[in-house]
Amino acid sequence: MAATTDIKQLRIATRNCGFIDPESLDDYIAVRGYEGLAKVLTMTPAEVVEVIKTAGLRGRGGGGFPTGVKWGIALSNQADQKYIVCNADEGDPGAFMDRAVLEGDPHSVVEAMAIGGYAIGATLGAVYIRAEYPLAIKRLRKAIDDARAMGLLGKNIFGSGFNFDIEIKYGAGAFVCGEETALIKSMEGRRGEPVSKPPFPAQSGYWKKPTIVNNVETLANIPAIVIKGADWFSSIGTATSKGTKVFALAGKIVNVGLIEVPMGTTLREVIFDIGGGCPDGKEFKAVQTGGPSGGALAHKDLDVAIDYESLIARKSMMGSGGMVVMDEDDCMVSVAKFFLDFTMDETCGKCTPCRIGSKRLYEILDKITKGHGTKADLARLKSLSDSIKDTALCGLGQTMPNPILSTMDTFGHEYEAHVSQKKCPAHVCTAMLTYTINPAKCTGCTLCTKVCPVECISGTKKQPHVIDASKCIKCGACYDKCKFDSIIKM
Amino acid sequence: MSTIASLDALRARREEILARQKARNGKIVINVSLATCSIAAGGKVALEAMQDEVALNGIANVEFMQSGCMTFCYAEPTVEITLPGKAPVVFGGVDEAKARELVTEYVMKGEPVEGIIPVTYERVVL
Ligand SMILES: Cc1cc2nc3c(=O)[nH]c(=O)nc-3n(C[C@H](O)[C@H](O)[C@H](O)COP(=O)(O)O)c2cc1C
Ligand code: SF4
Ligand code: SF4
Ligand code: SF4
Ligand code: FES
Repeated sequence: MAATTDIKQLRIATRNCGFIDPESLDDYIAVRGYEGLAKVLTMTPAEVVEVIKTAGLRGRGGGGFPTGVKWGIALSNQADQKYIVCNADEGDPGAFMDRAVLEGDPHSVVEAMAIGGYAIGATLGAVYIRAEYPLAIKRLRKAIDDARAMGLLGKNIFGSGFNFDIEIKYGAGAFVCGEETALIKSMEGRRGEPVSKPPFPAQSGYWKKPTIVNNVETLANIPAIVIKGADWFSSIGTATSKGTKVFALAGKIVNVGLIEVPMGTTLREVIFDIGGGCPDGKEFKAVQTGGPSGGALAHKDLDVAIDYESLIARKSMMGSGGMVVMDEDDCMVSVAKFFLDFTMDETCGKCTPCRIGSKRLYEILDKITKGHGTKADLARLKSLSDSIKDTALCGLGQTMPNPILSTMDTFGHEYEAHVSQKKCPAHVCTAMLTYTINPAKCTGCTLCTKVCPVECISGTKKQPHVIDASKCIKCGACYDKCKFDSIIKM
Repeated sequence: MSTIASLDALRARREEILARQKARNGKIVINVSLATCSIAAGGKVALEAMQDEVALNGIANVEFMQSGCMTFCYAEPTVEITLPGKAPVVFGGVDEAKARELVTEYVMKGEPVEGIIPVTYERVVL
């Protein structure tokens, strides 16, 4: 573990995670739980919206839309019923921030939903959570039940006349159901397919009523903003992005885990000072932010101060907070293929560019990694990506080409090497690998012959051995076994 | 239990809880992270081993609590121990053996045990 004495992290959304018993309402009350709700009930809804606007809080679910503005739209839309929905679908590979908040501090989300409900004039809230999160569901359910039993949910909360209650809706774990319009369809018991916006949910959402959809982490910030004030919150972060962001560090990084840093922290601080760099002394190569919708950032981006705009300027995006770190042993074409494999599985199939396009993109990438790619394929990747971005209906399709475009941009030479020299510079794509024995180094110890599963290594004892390339299945067993570094992988 | 029907009632309730928590100050508090991640890594095993070791050694003034994710995936299972009058210390990689060692060395003798996770964050307390 890298020794860091500098305090680079600031925990607002995760302020209570690991410090309080999530199953105890008393523990939450001890950290001034539900005081934020009590406070807003003495204000007008418009004043509450104003506080969130002034704080500069933006959506942590990926889009970064100003939360106060969204609440304001829902407030101004008159309706007999409005809803506030907490999006706990969390489907990005490598992301687990929302689960940690729900498992560690569920009351903060419950309280925030009640605050949001009051601000927009909703008496009903729903949490849309994936069924694969049983512990989060259990703790959330207990939090809702306990709050209700104490009169902190239900009728006439704090004697103010405000009524509010929350129900839980379960998702089956489809990535696209995290998209707000698909989420609403799924909540209504219909097929989880996105619909075109406008109308936005804040105008016409759940059962066609004005509906606010907010991410778990967005909500977890709200009670802190209400209690500590909008000015406190807006004093943290950059000009356009206020507060902190929780990231899940995963992949080739020493300190795998959750972190929360002020907006404006650099990638270098996140990956090296907090994350401890890549394990085993390997060289850092890239970090994917924004999951399958984002892009790969490289060495040249390390000093970028992270906020919504700076990441988009670097052809990636904030996303919900997954950060997958890659080191020198990772092949960027394979990384792009990994994400396309994911989106290809998760496309809902409603529109053609995304349904067919993801498959075609994946096929081209697969062809390149198998050593059959051509220069024309690179051009096709690019033009197909561009047209999918322009024509797909929802965010899933529109952002799906990002991992390809950003890796082609920064690691174009790797794509080149795959198609022109039929080489994978990181030695990942097995189809293009060859294993040979360096006769100058081989001592003829015979160890490799014993591990080769297809018995394609031959030679007499104490004499240099040779690999029969026509039979070799490139399993790498000999390479790992040889004590004399005599086997060359290239 | 009666409901909390006003801000004053909430504040009164908080005072009560804080007073109760203050009474805990003279105790050793062992806080085991029990989120999905930590349970998968063996958090419950660590908890049970420590409860067992505490009982074996007849230590009376220990209070166990559970919490959610302590955020240190790379070092799960994690356990936070607060000795009376001392700052809380988080230990990582607490397998069954380490759990017992924490009780016999750190809790009973105040001897340092390997695996301390440094505090690299500031936490906003409301
Ligand atoms: C394919 C796709 C998946 C999404 N998944 C999630 C998700 O898992 N959680 C989430 O909060 N937002 C997700 N979003 C964003 C939501 O549509 C919506 O913008 C967000 O929940 C709004 O909350 P916020 O303003 O608090 O960020 C997804 C968007 C797309 C296009
Ligand atoms: S872009 Fe993809 S996920 Fe979105 S509606 Fe079209 S097919 Fe479905
Ligand atoms: S890579 Fe595997 S199959 Fe090829 S020579 Fe070595 S052990 Fe045999
Ligand atoms: S293990 Fe290495 S040194 Fe031994 S025979 Fe094989 S290649 Fe030669
Ligand atoms: S997600 Fe909780 S420690 Fe890893």
